[in-house]
Amino acid sequence: MTMKLVVIGNGMVGHKLLEELSALRPLGLDITVLCEEGRPAYDRVHLSEFFSGKSEYDLSLVTPGFFDQPGMHLRLATRAVRIDRAIKRVTTADGEIIPYDKLVLAMGSTPFVPSIPGNDRPGCLVYRTLDDLGALAGWGARSTHGVVVGGGLLGLECAKALRDLGLETHVVEFAPRLMAVQVDDIGGQILRRTIEALGLTVHTGKNTVEIVDGETARHRMKFADGGYLETDLIVFSAGIRPRDELARQSELGVGERGGIMVDNFCRTRDRDVYAIGECALWGGKLFGLVAPGYEMARVVASHLHALLTRKQSSGLPEFAGADMSTKLKLMGVDVASIGDAHGATPGSRSYQFSDGRRQVYKKLVVSEDGKRLLGGVLVGDAAEYGTLLQMMINGLELPEAPESLILPASGGGAAPGLAIDALPATAQICSCNNVTKGQLCEAVIAGATSIGALQAATRAGTTCGGCVPLVTQIMKAQMKRQGLVVNHSLCEHFAYSRQELYHLVRVERIRRFDDLLARHGTGLGCDICKPTVASILASCWNEFVLQQEHVSLQDSNDYFLANIQKDGTYSVVPRMPGGEVTPDGLIVVGQIAKKYGLYTKLTGGQRVDMFGARLEQLPLIWEELIAAGFESGHAYGKSLRTVKSCVGSTWCRYGVQDSVGTAIDLEHRYKGLRSPHKLKFGVSGCARECAEAQGKDVGVIATEKGWNLYVCGNGGMKPRHAELLAGDLDTATLIRYIDRFLMFYIRTADRLQRTSAWRDNLEGGMDYLRDVIVNDRLGIVAELEAEMRHVVDTYECEWKRAVSDPAVRRRFHHFVNSDAGDERVVFVPERGQIRPAAPTERRRRHERIPVVVETE
Amino acid sequence: MNDHATIIEWTSICDIDDIVPDTGVCALLDDEQVAVFRIGAGDFYAIDNVDPVSEAAVLSRGLVGSLTERIVVASPIHKQHFDLRTGECLEAPEYSVRTWQVRRQGSTLQIRRGDA
Ligand code: SRM
Ligand SMILES: Cc1cc2nc3c(=O)[nH]c(=O)nc-3n(C[C@H](O)[C@H](O)[C@H](O)COP(=O)(O)OP(=O)(O)OC[C@H]3O[C@@H](n4cnc5c(N)ncnc54)[C@H](O)[C@@H]3O)c2cc1C
Ligand code: SF4
Ligand code: FES
Repeated sequence: MTMKLVVIGNGMVGHKLLEELSALRPLGLDITVLCEEGRPAYDRVHLSEFFSGKSEYDLSLVTPGFFDQPGMHLRLATRAVRIDRAIKRVTTADGEIIPYDKLVLAMGSTPFVPSIPGNDRPGCLVYRTLDDLGALAGWGARSTHGVVVGGGLLGLECAKALRDLGLETHVVEFAPRLMAVQVDDIGGQILRRTIEALGLTVHTGKNTVEIVDGETARHRMKFADGGYLETDLIVFSAGIRPRDELARQSELGVGERGGIMVDNFCRTRDRDVYAIGECALWGGKLFGLVAPGYEMARVVASHLHALLTRKQSSGLPEFAGADMSTKLKLMGVDVASIGDAHGATPGSRSYQFSDGRRQVYKKLVVSEDGKRLLGGVLVGDAAEYGTLLQMMINGLELPEAPESLILPASGGGAAPGLAIDALPATAQICSCNNVTKGQLCEAVIAGATSIGALQAATRAGTTCGGCVPLVTQIMKAQMKRQGLVVNHSLCEHFAYSRQELYHLVRVERIRRFDDLLARHGTGLGCDICKPTVASILASCWNEFVLQQEHVSLQDSNDYFLANIQKDGTYSVVPRMPGGEVTPDGLIVVGQIAKKYGLYTKLTGGQRVDMFGARLEQLPLIWEELIAAGFESGHAYGKSLRTVKSCVGSTWCRYGVQDSVGTAIDLEHRYKGLRSPHKLKFGVSGCARECAEAQGKDVGVIATEKGWNLYVCGNGGMKPRHAELLAGDLDTATLIRYIDRFLMFYIRTADRLQRTSAWRDNLEGGMDYLRDVIVNDRLGIVAELEAEMRHVVDTYECEWKRAVSDPAVRRRFHHFVNSDAGDERVVFVPERGQIRPAAPTERRRRHERIPVVVETE
Repeated sequence: MNDHATIIEWTSICDIDDIVPDTGVCALLDDEQVAVFRIGAGDFYAIDNVDPVSEAAVLSRGLVGSLTERIVVASPIHKQHFDLRTGECLEAPEYSVRTWQVRRQGSTLQIRRGDA
């Protein structure tokens, strides 16, 4: 039997259903998906990250090839306009008619726009889809002031996005406090102060009655109290309404305040029609979160599967409501609301703690007998969110004095945390992806012993990310139980991670590899630990890398300050900061290349590379380059490579800042800095981003007011967009943040870990990083800046030092007992330059067939 | 061409201080290139200089170190390890190299073919 399934809506929940079905692989299922948007499902929860550099592709939820599976038909940009239940047909806006056996409605919600006269003026927007954000970006670029109507979870997220776009942003809320649903009055006050500290202006208790033409801006919002506010754009984020119009049209049951009524199997009153996600109304409740929707999708998938395989429907999973606890995912603002946050349960008691100085407010709601946690509010510090949530969901018994859970630890003793072992195996740790503690432990036993591996194996932590700290704790506890040590040993010579070695070097002021090996290692060292330690020593003390004590530690490329090529020759890359080079500079480079017969090419990093230099030629070539004012380009080092720039405001008609000047300054500041892996920067003069700064470890993009700083991007094997760390910085602040960022990376990254991989392994991710760099959460920024100052102040060009040091120069000979060159190096001509001979060509030459090498 | 008598003779190649501790140099012996390493203050080893994997004459420029009990050099091209005592390539024994004999005469370093 074939079952024709039609799914209306390919949002987060609709797509989860398809994934669940595809995993069950039922035979005879033919699925047609109608997707109103022009693109298939994407991660709406992380929608705001569109503004910090995530592309449509990054946000996509569709694994490659998913819709190419047999029996799967996706109709993009196709809206269903009518359901004829009697004849089981769906009609699309194009008039196409699609028959179904079973129908699933997954149509989500629409943003609610209050019926204020003028709400449809140009520049009045909503915040729900990628297209909405595209429109917002467009209007944003033409505006200086923005208003968000609505101070709930979403409204605040949207306001922050506007602020990051560089707009002066106001939040207008009807209720007397922000996030009225989740927090109480005191919490709301503290939240307001935190939000205002982000540079947003908050107006509560404001009822907008009309929007008209403004005098200083596009619009004027008139309030019931007689006041007004002028702004260029307005985003309505005043709640959502379930999309139930098709259900109304086809006379399926709809709740009083909207929503398609469903039973525990998510069936509507028509047995052949289901509704899931935000459009569904269960037990009189709507669920505006993704986790309950995912749960509904799983319920419907097993129900359909059972029908197809004619299984008993008893024992099938049923939807049983969902926990609505939430955490605001705004940087620098910790707000969470758990369960019965307002203490609505009869007889419940509450405990509150507030700290006016740190702007922290916490509240617990406990049962009458004081044994169970019913809910809570956390503002300013939501570190306990995961723990408290688990205590509530699993009904764990509270400690004698429940208040100890939210009081700051005093006298050095740690606050009683959640004993991971107390959680039952069935405890759901990741609610977004329905992953239990038991499943996590099994995955660890099966070998997933890093957070990345565990996420890939179970998907836990891949949606809202709220569960990651708990997932990590469970992983570590399980590994400990199995006797697995989280092994961070760098190599057989050091039982320490790179990060630990870095600290040993700093704290014990170790300046020599031998010293470190004698104190903390064994054996002679190897090609893993020697370069790693060399790099740490250089980051800390910045001594000349070819100094006698350090030279034997250097990786082959650092050993001769040049990149070795396949035939044993080397490349020569002089620094051309920001890609700027004078005609005279170019002429000298050309003359040198010609003189030594080098192959020349422009690199992907905006400079010139000369290939085919023999060892003994390197000091001679560099002497000439240095005489012409060039410096080492560190193309060989795990250090700053290039700062790519666009031409910027000096010449470009769109440029708003001098990107070349800033790129050159940055390149000079950080040149020579040794780091765990190479570092690349980019600086663009405006949002058009010609320097591709968002593909770099450090990306700087000019705004009208200063610079936006993006970090942790890269190209290479696994391309990654950089993410916004901070916006609208003046140049001095920009440099301070980059100093801190780089030194923090150097302190804590693993060997050969680019910034993007490092960021992925940083517990707490970008928010944490921002907290450390911008808000000085760890109290170390002064130290980081001082460490960077030392490196900057002690810079010297390695090549300059090398050519003037006879001991170093002596090493640049191919033979220790002869002035001859390496006769195995053979070039052949190609396109007017040289290239290394292939092995067969070289052998021919050894049989005395002459091959021309052109050297003037 | 190579005359047997000259090969088995010891050839002086350099002063020991010409080699920075824990690094290598390359010596030319007739037509052959030999990589000579100094480990710590006074241990010397010599193997062929040509890396059989890449066919480039570069082994003297590799990083030296230990792997368990072996003393090794890592090829600078693709990082295979060669045992300095036996010439064995740890990752791919079919790419092993020859070893040479080394001795000190006062402060002078001498080498000769290992199979002599
Ligand atoms: C010369 C150049 C290619 C070219 O002709 O354009 C080049 C050449 C090499 N690249 Fe590259 N890369 C060059 C730009 C890039 C770029 C583009 C860019 O910088 O805008 C990328 C991607 C961007 C990025 O890194 O995020 C790039 C990604 C890589 C990677 C992969 C890194 C990754 O994280 O996946 C490696 C391998 C590595 O570093 O481990 C690599 C490694 C290398 C090495 C060093 C491999 C080696 O050890 O021999 C090559 C030797 C260069 C030499 O002999 O001078 N190269 N390489 C470019 C030199 C730029 C410069 O002026 O310094
Ligand atoms: C900015 C933002 C941040 C959020 N943050 C969080 C968060 O942190 N945590 C959380 O749990 N939730 C969050 N949410 C809510 C979460 O995104 C939703 O709960 C989730 O997307 C609901 O999934 P859904 O499939 O029901 O609806 P949607 O994802 O909205 O998908 C419905 C789809 O159906 C399409 N459709 C509707 N009608 C038709 C039709 N007639 N024909 C064809 N197609 C149709 C729509 O175009 C849409 O693509 C956030 C939402 C937004 C907008
Ligand atoms: S990024 Fe902007 S300023 Fe720079 S060159 Fe491109 S358009 Fe001009
Ligand atoms: S709870 Fe959202 S990702 Fe795990």
